[in-house]
Amino acid sequence: MAKLETKIHNIILKNPVMTASGTFGYGEEFADFIDLSRLGGIIVKGTTGERRQGNPYPRMAETPMGMLNAVGLQNVGVGTFCREVYPRIKDIPTQILVNVSGSSIEEYCSVAEQIDELENIPGIELNISCPNVKKGGMGFGTNPDMAAQVVSAVRKVYHKTLIVKLTPNVTSVVDIAKAVEQAGADSVSLINTLLGMAIDVEKQRPYLSTITGGLSGPCVKPVAVRMVWQVAHAVQIPVVGLGGITCAADALEFLMAGAKAIEVGTANFMDPTVTVKIVEGLEDYCQRHQIEDINDIIGII
Amino acid sequence: MMKHITDFTIVRREQLGDHYFALTLRHPSQLPPIAAGQFVEVEVRNNRDVMLRRPISIHDVDNKANTLTLLIQIVGKGTRQLSLLKEGDTLNLIYPLGKGFSVAGEHPLLVGGGAGIAPLLHLAKCYNEKGVRPTILLGGRTKELIPVREAFEPYGQLLIATEDGSLGEKGMVTQHSLFTASYDHICTCGPTPMMKAVGRYAVEKGIGCEVSLENMMACGIGACLCCVTDTDEGHKCVCKEGPVFDALKLKKWMGLE
Repeated sequence: MAKLETKIHNIILKNPVMTASGTFGYGEEFADFIDLSRLGGIIVKGTTGERRQGNPYPRMAETPMGMLNAVGLQNVGVGTFCREVYPRIKDIPTQILVNVSGSSIEEYCSVAEQIDELENIPGIELNISCPNVKKGGMGFGTNPDMAAQVVSAVRKVYHKTLIVKLTPNVTSVVDIAKAVEQAGADSVSLINTLLGMAIDVEKQRPYLSTITGGLSGPCVKPVAVRMVWQVAHAVQIPVVGLGGITCAADALEFLMAGAKAIEVGTANFMDPTVTVKIVEGLEDYCQRHQIEDINDIIGII
Repeated sequence: MMKHITDFTIVRREQLGDHYFALTLRHPSQLPPIAAGQFVEVEVRNNRDVMLRRPISIHDVDNKANTLTLLIQIVGKGTRQLSLLKEGDTLNLIYPLGKGFSVAGEHPLLVGGGAGIAPLLHLAKCYNEKGVRPTILLGGRTKELIPVREAFEPYGQLLIATEDGSLGEKGMVTQHSLFTASYDHICTCGPTPMMKAVGRYAVEKGIGCEVSLENMMACGIGACLCCVTDTDEGHKCVCKEGPVFDALKLKKWMGLE
């Protein structure tokens, strides 16, 4: 059996397959379908300082080979997460990371500080790229100086592995990646959703209550692979790749483009067992190609 | 209740007029318990425009034959693709999903409209198992839009309301002469304006009422948070905390506050 273990800064993943924030709940929702211990890691729902209701319904629209969402960071808030959710999930035998979101630098820091206290959470994914909130979110991720500011501030209060999740809705994702690396990020993950829009022509109105939303699913994959490849060649820190992965071949594209690990998002909605199928597919690929260590193919392009 | 993902075999496909069809699906082994009002997420194959599963309510369950039946209205690309399925084809389901009806009351009224009549058959049978014979009130614009009405007859007193008067009483279900406060529990599923009207009536008369919502969904298991409804306690996932809600928690949704 090939070695699938990879490493993101100090976090050892038993395999490169993680789940993308906002698509896998707190992991518990999928426990009936898969053995969660088979996963490299789980990145749980974006967590903010206070409980958030998110945007009004309708906040999802299916598009060709993809979907738009405008959930808007609905979550229980960091306090409830630490008190009620964390005790339930802390012993799931995989790496549990928390996606940290906010509307101000103070909020990002406060959430990160509270998550820092949680023993079984070895890292956070700092979400400076959510397109669905009015304040903050993507605003921080589209400007290199702003991105660096929020990452430096969080770096001062957060002592474990800090992954920064980048938005594709920029002219040069490489500039943002370099800025957050400089500011102290241990890793970058990309891509978050692409800002999109769809109109119901019969009703003559947008499908989403927010008009625009984030596009995900197989349709975004080529954009994501391109950006991962560009960033992997521009920074020294490990890159986590995501965007439209539905099978092992998709995951391998990201690994070959330079990602040390991958996240599966929208595909979890199509098949709740897809993550384990991808792990098995990677094992099978390595066997077929006589690869002893998955790291041997990471970044070969 | 444990959720499963399984390939079922289509053992019967029945076309019901132009707008509806029913699929009876056989499970490879013993079916797990399925509550009335629960639903399945159906995989739609062979259509590149349909990526997500489609939530479909469970119309009927046969624990001896290990089959369940889906009554499907053709409304879009997904359901149109599903309508092309044939007997012998397989269909991948995630099931049973959501919270169903409580099967409460001694004199219940079940009110359905359009595709919303689907879960009421399994519900009527569940009442029968408790020795309760419900009153079943089905509505539609015309009689053609109330499929499988005969299937309900053995399980309760069947009432029909059509807007064009082609069957039963003419008018909306809430205008039916037997839509009264003489029931001790009301269950409703159908078009949103109908459910709001039925729910408002029940709340105003102090009758227990359960409403089965039908929001657009992606995952069906409470992970994506796309299908939320605005309850009096904030946004709740229709797929996980519903689809059946106590009307008292939907006062704002019904326009009562």
